[in-house]
Amino acid sequence: MSARVGIVVYPGSNCEHDVAEAVSALGASADLVWHSETRLDAYDGVVVPGGFAHGDYLRPGAIARFSPVTVALEEFARRGGPVLGICNGFQVLTEAGLLPGALQKNRGLTFLCETVDLRVETTRSVLTQAAIPGQILHIPINHFEGNYTCSVATLRELRDQDRVILRYEANPNGSVDDIAGICNVEGNVVGLMPHPERASDPLLGSIDGRVLLEGFLAGAVVRR
Amino acid sequence: MMRYDVMVEVRLRPGIADPQGATIQRALPALGFSGIEDVSVGKAFRFTVEAASADEASARAEELAHRLLANPVIEASTVTVTAAVARATAGAERR
Repeated sequence: MSARVGIVVYPGSNCEHDVAEAVSALGASADLVWHSETRLDAYDGVVVPGGFAHGDYLRPGAIARFSPVTVALEEFARRGGPVLGICNGFQVLTEAGLLPGALQKNRGLTFLCETVDLRVETTRSVLTQAAIPGQILHIPINHFEGNYTCSVATLRELRDQDRVILRYEANPNGSVDDIAGICNVEGNVVGLMPHPERASDPLLGSIDGRVLLEGFLAGAVVRR
Repeated sequence: MMRYDVMVEVRLRPGIADPQGATIQRALPALGFSGIEDVSVGKAFRFTVEAASADEASARAEELAHRLLANPVIEASTVTVTAAVARATAGAERR
């Protein structure tokens, strides 16, 4: 049984085809879903891909939060549907309140485009369930505003509830507690700055993103 | 109804790193500016609001600031109603 994945496309998204290619290669079917769409119930899992939704005007994700599809996404997530926000998608999920915290400009004020090492911290999220705690994944980052921040209380909650799913081995952007990705309490909504879809084929230099996407797709199929 | 000029200033909350402000401050000595400290970078929004009073205009701008213009996780905002605009309101235009 293959998962049906909806990939949200806002004006300015630009990684939707990369994600479609990567999940298709893993056996899923992928549809691009324009941001004016109000229903997502045809899908087993939904990905919010990278890019510059609505031009990143005001703040990354700030306008995208009010797109009709984001409202549908909140409902989809509330019902337990797997939701994956990658890079700009992570920023959208924090702005929409589906994940806590915010992503601010990188420490050092430079746009970062490099491959980094990530440490898998937990398998309790839909994205990391197929990985091994402590496993190191070699996956690209590509962002200017990837510096994760949150209140002290939120950080304590994230740690206590085992919701930091991925940490940078060498913090590239100043993120608090080396955080590269987090999940919600239930583990079905995940956000991360690195791009697993760009590490999904030997031609791309790494296939370490596959184990994450495979976990996500497995979580999507289970709900059928 | 009146129309009011409003300014919303959005700034980073204390404790949130401000690399832009820090970078600008570091550049100042090279430009010959001395004695300038505590540089921080934020945003300012100006718009007009139709409302029955300055208080109402301020309340509506506050809501806009909280829901959209500022991200409360990292930013704080200040609303200032600067003036009642002289131009006629919608009702008066039709006289």
